[in-house]
Amino acid sequence: MIQLVDLNKYFEEKHVLKNINASFLPGVTNLVIGASGGGKSVMVKTMVGLESPSSGQVLFEGQDYHNLEYEQQQILRREIGMLFQGTALFDSLTVEQNVEFPLLMFSNMNKEERMERVNLCLSRVNLVNANNKTPAEISGGMKKRVGIARAIALNIKYLFCDEPNSGLDPLTSRVIDALLHDITKEFGITTIINSHDMKTVKDIGEHIVFVHQGQKWWEGNKDDLAEAQKSNPELDAFVKASF
Amino acid sequence: MNVFTEIGRYILFMRYVFKRPERGRVFWNMLVREMNLMGVDSLVVVILIAIITGAVTTVQTASQLAYDSGILPPSLFPMAIVGSVVGSSSVLELAPTITCLVLAGKIGANIASEIGNMRVSEQIDAYEVMGINSISFVSLPKILAGIIVIPCLIIISNFLLIFGGLLAAKLTGIMTLDEYVTGLRSSFLPLYAKVLMVKGVVFSFIITSLACFQGYYTQGGALEVGEAGTSAVTKICVFILLFDLIIAKLLL
Repeated sequence: MIQLVDLNKYFEEKHVLKNINASFLPGVTNLVIGASGGGKSVMVKTMVGLESPSSGQVLFEGQDYHNLEYEQQQILRREIGMLFQGTALFDSLTVEQNVEFPLLMFSNMNKEERMERVNLCLSRVNLVNANNKTPAEISGGMKKRVGIARAIALNIKYLFCDEPNSGLDPLTSRVIDALLHDITKEFGITTIINSHDMKTVKDIGEHIVFVHQGQKWWEGNKDDLAEAQKSNPELDAFVKASF
Repeated sequence: MNVFTEIGRYILFMRYVFKRPERGRVFWNMLVREMNLMGVDSLVVVILIAIITGAVTTVQTASQLAYDSGILPPSLFPMAIVGSVVGSSSVLELAPTITCLVLAGKIGANIASEIGNMRVSEQIDAYEVMGINSISFVSLPKILAGIIVIPCLIIISNFLLIFGGLLAAKLTGIMTLDEYVTGLRSSFLPLYAKVLMVKGVVFSFIITSLACFQGYYTQGGALEVGEAGTSAVTKICVFILLFDLIIAKLLL
C-alpha cells in the first residue's frame, strides 16, 4: 500500500501540490485524473522519488520513502516499475535487451533464465517476434507494451504509469488499459495510473483520485463518478470536456 | 545561475560519479564500448590533423628562419633548429592541446548530446526509478574510457606530428632528414614526456567529465540538447587552455 500524508510541493513560489492525503491499495487499479498542469504528474514523480516533497510523506508499506537513506531508497526502487509517458526505452538496446536490462542489473539469473523471463514478459504483453527490433523500429503501442514488459520484468510490488494512452489510437488504448488492469490483478501489485482519458476511467477506474489545481478534489470509483458530478462542478466540467 | 553554483553542482555531480558500479559485467561492457567509440572512431581525424599540423609547423618555422628580419642574418641559424622547434612544440603543446581541442568537438559534443537526449527522453529517469545511480551509470564508463583512450591518441598524435614534419622536410627539400633528426634529438628532455602525459590525463578528464555534466543537466527538448553540446565544447576548450597554462607553469 502507498499512502500520501499531507503532501505539499512548491516550485519556487508556485504551490503545485496542496496538502494531499490519499491511499492506494494493492490489486486495485488506482487512477489519478485531472487536467494538464493540475499537478498529477508532479504527484506521481514525487511518489517515485524523481521529485522531493516540500513537506509531507510518501509511505510505502509505512516506510517514509523520502526519509530513507540513499541505499535503502535504491533497494525500494527495485520494487517499483514505471511506464513513462514517452516510454523511455533505451534506444541503443533492442526490445529484448530493454526487457532484460533490469534482470541483468538486479537478478542473479543466468542468460537462459533471463531470456525465459524476457520472453514470458513479452508474451504477457502480447508482443511476439519483436525481440530483435530497436525502439525506433516499432509502433507507439508496441513501445508502450515493451515499457510495461520492462516494468514487470522484476517481481515488482508497485507500478506507476504516466499517461499510458497518450499518443495511442482508441483501440490500442483499450488494449493497454486491459493489460494494466489484468497485470494488477494477476500480480497483486499496487498500480497507479496517471491519466486524463475518461474511457480509461470508465473501464478500469476502481479507485479514482481527481486532482484539481494541486488539490485532491474528489476520490471514489467509476460507479460513484456520475453521482459525484452532480455535486462537483469542477469534476463535472472535466468529465464533460473529455468526451 | 552564477559560476559558484555551477562549480558546486559540478563537485556534487563528481561525488556521485565515482561510486562502485552496480554490476561489474555491465560496466565492463559499457567501458569497452565507449573505448571503441572514442578511440577507433577518432583515430582517422587525429591522424589527419597530426600529420598536417606537423607539416605546417615545419614549413612555417623554416620559412621564419629563412626570413631576414634585419636583426640577425638567416645564415646564422642552422636548419636543425626546425627539427628542434617541431619536436619540442609537438610534445609540449601541439599533441596534447590541439588533439584535445579537436576531441572536445568530437567526443565532448557527442557525449553531451547523447546524455542530454537520454535526459529529455526520460531514460535517465527510468534508470533512477529502477534504483540505479544514473549519474555514475552513464558517466563513469565514459570518463574512464576517456582517461584510458585519449592519452593513447595523444601519443599517436605526437609521433605523427613529428612524422608530418619529417615528410614536409623531405617533400619540400627545405632541409635534409639528418638536420631534422639532429634537431629533434637535441631538443628532447624526458620531462617533456611527463608534461605530455599529465596534460593528456587532465585534458581527458576535462573533456569527458564536463561533457557528462553538461548533458546530464539538460532540460527541455531537441533545441536544448543541441545547446548542451555547444555549451559543453565551449567550456571544455576554455578549461583545456586554462589548465594548459597551469600545468606548463607548474611542471616546466
